[in-house]
Amino acid sequence: MEKYAVYVPRLVQKREKFAPGHRACIGCGEALAIRLAFKALDNNIIVANATGCAEIFAGQFPNTSWQLPWIHTLFENTAAVASGIEAAYKAMKRKGIKLPDNTKIVAIAGDGGTSDIGLQALSGALERGHDFTYICFDNEAYMNTGNQRSSATPFGAATTTSPLGKKSTGQFSWKKNMPEIATAHNIPYVATATHGFPFDLMAKVAKAVATKGPAYVHVLSVCPTGWRSPTDTINRQARLAVQTGMFPLYEVENGIYKMSLDLPKLRPVKDYLKIQGRFRHLSDAVIQQIQERVELEYQKLLEKAKDGSKTAKRKSRTGAGKVPA
Amino acid sequence: MTTRTGIEVSIAVADAVRLANADVIAAYPITPQTHIVEHLAELVANGELDAEYIPVESEHSAMSACLGSAAAGARTFTATSSQGLALMNEVLYVASGMRLPVIMAVANRALSAPLSIWADHSDMMSVRDTGWIQIVVENGQQAVDNIICAFRIAEDRRVLLPVMVHLDGFNLTHVIEPIVFPEQSDVDRFLPKSKYPLPLNPDRPVAMGSFAPPIIYTETKWAQEINIRNSKDVIISCWDEFGRTFGRQYHAVEKYHNDGAGVILMTMGSTGETASVAIDELRADGENIGQVRLRMWRPFPFEELRNAVNDAEVLIILDRAISYGGPGGPVASEVKSAFYNQVKKPKIVSFVGALGGRDITVSGFKNLIKRGIDIARTGSKNEYEIYGVRE
Repeated sequence: MEKYAVYVPRLVQKREKFAPGHRACIGCGEALAIRLAFKALDNNIIVANATGCAEIFAGQFPNTSWQLPWIHTLFENTAAVASGIEAAYKAMKRKGIKLPDNTKIVAIAGDGGTSDIGLQALSGALERGHDFTYICFDNEAYMNTGNQRSSATPFGAATTTSPLGKKSTGQFSWKKNMPEIATAHNIPYVATATHGFPFDLMAKVAKAVATKGPAYVHVLSVCPTGWRSPTDTINRQARLAVQTGMFPLYEVENGIYKMSLDLPKLRPVKDYLKIQGRFRHLSDAVIQQIQERVELEYQKLLEKAKDGSKTAKRKSRTGAGKVPA
Repeated sequence: MTTRTGIEVSIAVADAVRLANADVIAAYPITPQTHIVEHLAELVANGELDAEYIPVESEHSAMSACLGSAAAGARTFTATSSQGLALMNEVLYVASGMRLPVIMAVANRALSAPLSIWADHSDMMSVRDTGWIQIVVENGQQAVDNIICAFRIAEDRRVLLPVMVHLDGFNLTHVIEPIVFPEQSDVDRFLPKSKYPLPLNPDRPVAMGSFAPPIIYTETKWAQEINIRNSKDVIISCWDEFGRTFGRQYHAVEKYHNDGAGVILMTMGSTGETASVAIDELRADGENIGQVRLRMWRPFPFEELRNAVNDAEVLIILDRAISYGGPGGPVASEVKSAFYNQVKKPKIVSFVGALGGRDITVSGFKNLIKRGIDIARTGSKNEYEIYGVRE
């Protein structure tokens, strides 16, 4: 991936679909991830946005950062709204109403809007097979309302509703595995990505949107405000999440798993945890517990990706596996 | 030549949606709405209606998919009942607030608990303040006609609001009635293609659903209020044109022997026709009694109501919902407020009854009217009385 870094930026379009001037916090990983994701796409997009940080910081009347048609309605229903738009376009086109060709629907939501309150609507839309892409920008808690825990908050993280206390070491449960849940719907494309690997993110979003049928992309977005971490190193933090195995990058195309990075050895999770205030309280014993869990999950994933990754490697040697960013 | 077809009202409602040529139907099944959405699914499956049918996983998603569909500019329909309407609640506010012309048939049914699948108006009263236009019908023909009108009203550039057509569950949805179906060509003329002014379209990006800071929220809400108030005239002129085209005329307040009547009974929904029989019989016995039936629940037709009740001394109102711990039935509360500042006003007597599908028969209505006249004369220790309850 690094070897593309010199010339790939030249392939990225200059035009912003998500304009600057919005009200995101300093160092917002989600704003960066959204900007990158939509740079990977053309103008043939309709965006359905769940309530959450991005909706608020980029959508205060009468301003908007969106250069694309954009709709926000509620918190938990974005996948359903997207399915309505998709169905409307299908029906109207069939009935001869003049509409732009190849219009694609992209639904975006946070981790709460996806893995908690919006899970039912998402599951329904994936199961029904609508032609749309759903991108979850996961900052691992309800950041818009002030850092309350969600089912995507990692074990041990201190949030305002999983606080550190005499009887608590922070988040009591393990991060819900949303990409696996999406994969269980047997949809044609699932991927994980992060702004820490921007071209990988852009390639995956482009691929997801080009996929016929439902596609799901789960994007880890560093939130320095909620994570209590430095604002100038969000990409380093995101890369550490990947390099430690806390957030592995992979794709599932028609059920075939493929690792996106060839990591010879995982870095210790401590490297990732120690730069974030939300994990500062963790004892070595708890860190060891996390380390073991991460390794276990990572091995399970490698096992699933065994065949897929091999094929991909073979293809990339022959030049067939490269994806334009 | 008009032909009457004997048909179940739910099936007829679905056929009206076919005549209106809806583009998208998103629905989740709930008794007693099921026959409407089943028949729509059938029409789509057989290619008799060219539409996308989204079999969503909940009513919340049904209405949410309708938001997306209407925002994209498609003619959009759904139907629900009771708990389904309650589950949709927060989405309903968005449909009206964002001015999305979604049409919904509501098969009125009681709300749980205890669970009841039978008709009353507790569901429709729970969404009274959601900003939807609410039209209430008394029989199958009215349901068919008003579904067609609802599309025209909702999509009118001067309105652009969602519309509910309320028909009582089972009492209407599951009965077979003789229905006159309008010709497709006439419906096409009456109901032009939907042209939503600023749909979601990549050729012309719009931002829909931005959040409103305090500096603009009040203005937005006031605009919405002005809009639904003004929709009354559009609805009435739609009904007038429907009358001219199809020969069946509707009014915000339907009148029955009300002129010069000293006592007027007011109903809303399917109980109205049974009550009319009671009125006939009482009039035959020489009683000076009339009836008004409320068709338009939102916007509320204050002026039309006052005109219809004009010189009556007693106005007896039957509600099919309770406002717990409140002043009486929701309709009665509205009517009282309509008359409060009038110099000349009738004595208003509020009854609640026919809850959870319990029938009020013709003789029942006679008893109710008799008791109502007594209360008007001597008063009651309660704000309202509940009719036919075993205590």
